[in-house]
Amino acid sequence: MNTLANAFMQAGALLAGFDADLLEIVGLSLRVSLTAVAVACLVGFPLGAAVALFRFPGRGTVSLLLNTFMGLPPVVVGLLVFLMLSRSGPLGVLGLLFTPTAMIIAQSLLVTPIVAALTRQIVADLWREYSEHLRSIDAGPGARLATLIYDARFSLVTAALAGFGRAIAEVGAVMIVGGNIDHATRVMTTSIALETSKGNLAAALALGFVLLTIALTVNLVVQVSNTVATRKAALA
Amino acid sequence: MSSRDTILPLEIHRLVFEIDGTRLLHDIDLTLAAGKRTVILGPNGAGKSLLLRLSHGLLEPTSGEIVWRGAGTRERPIRDQAMVFQRPVMLRRSALANLTHTMKVRGVPRAERHERAHAALALAGLSRLAERPARAMSGGEQQRLALARAWTSEPQVLFLDEPTASLDPAASRSVETLIGGFHAAGTKIVMATHDLGQARRLADEVVFLHKGRLLEHTPADEFFDNPRTDEGRAFVAGELLW
Repeated sequence: MNTLANAFMQAGALLAGFDADLLEIVGLSLRVSLTAVAVACLVGFPLGAAVALFRFPGRGTVSLLLNTFMGLPPVVVGLLVFLMLSRSGPLGVLGLLFTPTAMIIAQSLLVTPIVAALTRQIVADLWREYSEHLRSIDAGPGARLATLIYDARFSLVTAALAGFGRAIAEVGAVMIVGGNIDHATRVMTTSIALETSKGNLAAALALGFVLLTIALTVNLVVQVSNTVATRKAALA
Repeated sequence: MSSRDTILPLEIHRLVFEIDGTRLLHDIDLTLAAGKRTVILGPNGAGKSLLLRLSHGLLEPTSGEIVWRGAGTRERPIRDQAMVFQRPVMLRRSALANLTHTMKVRGVPRAERHERAHAALALAGLSRLAERPARAMSGGEQQRLALARAWTSEPQVLFLDEPTASLDPAASRSVETLIGGFHAAGTKIVMATHDLGQARRLADEVVFLHKGRLLEHTPADEFFDNPRTDEGRAFVAGELLW
């Protein structure tokens, strides 16, 4: 019990003092996960919308895969990316293993199915409503896609934030492809794992607080943006 | 609008429409010419909406032909038509953006879009609400916006599917006035309704449907004064409910 209370106090001190190492770790976490989410949105929004909108052979399979990959185990993704990027792997020449770029690649793969699957559902619902009008004005495939993605923008923010929540909290993929190297690839989740196994509970807890705070902020943003969206245009 | 060659007349030949083997429209033969306001009348479930959607090209017929015979018919005749639905589809954007979106899709040059949009909003009495989110507008305002949106396309043919069915009398009247504006500008009006009063006010000719069959296609006066079929007589008398 004493250890725990002690750890809490030390954690508070670390946070209050804006510990340089701590800030570096938090910064890298945000950089990696935000970039991964940006990549995932660039791919996932159009992909999900296209699956919702267009009939093509294998559409059902893609849909099934997207839903399945939403629950992809991070360690498996990490392992696959590791195999691709390792010296003897097909992309080994790029020398990306154990860099933040490798971590971004792994998290992008992890998050893209989440963003795409949620987008598919959101856009399919909107298409049901818009279909007759868009066909009536003879909108082509590109115009339909653009209209639906734009008009679903508030819901899609929620999809992106769901992806971000997944990315910022996962430890398996970044651990394997990043290697948790101090001042290079150490992020919040990997250092929590490390500090805990070292018995350095205060540092682990401090990072845990930051992680929780970020999660809280993300959810707050989701909630507020949904409320604003609903009010803004009586959208619901 | 008048300078262009028209896509009319529309010829519908032996049109059949089925869903899951249930025949909803039976062997419809119909020719719609330019000029006259056509009102499709019939009780609920007669197939009015289906006939409109098939004519506009939103549905594919099970069998039969729907052909635009006019000299001005292009590869995609739907481009010269517009449709207004019972429940207007409002994009999650401002009233103004709803109009510019349609014009952009229709290929109107960017420089012209705003001017045309504002002209259409003024016509619909919505200038004041240009920046209002379309979905925050009242039902009557939304339907007027849908008509303004159709106006920006300068259609040769305007299909209307019970455009006032969920509106109060005042809102209905302003929608009817706007429809009159399209007619005056030379747009062919094809409207489905089950509202007899509205049909009397707007129709030049009546297409009367009952249970998926076309029973009458006659000048409006003739239909209201002297229907040719028993069903038509019962409907005009307000006795035919389905």
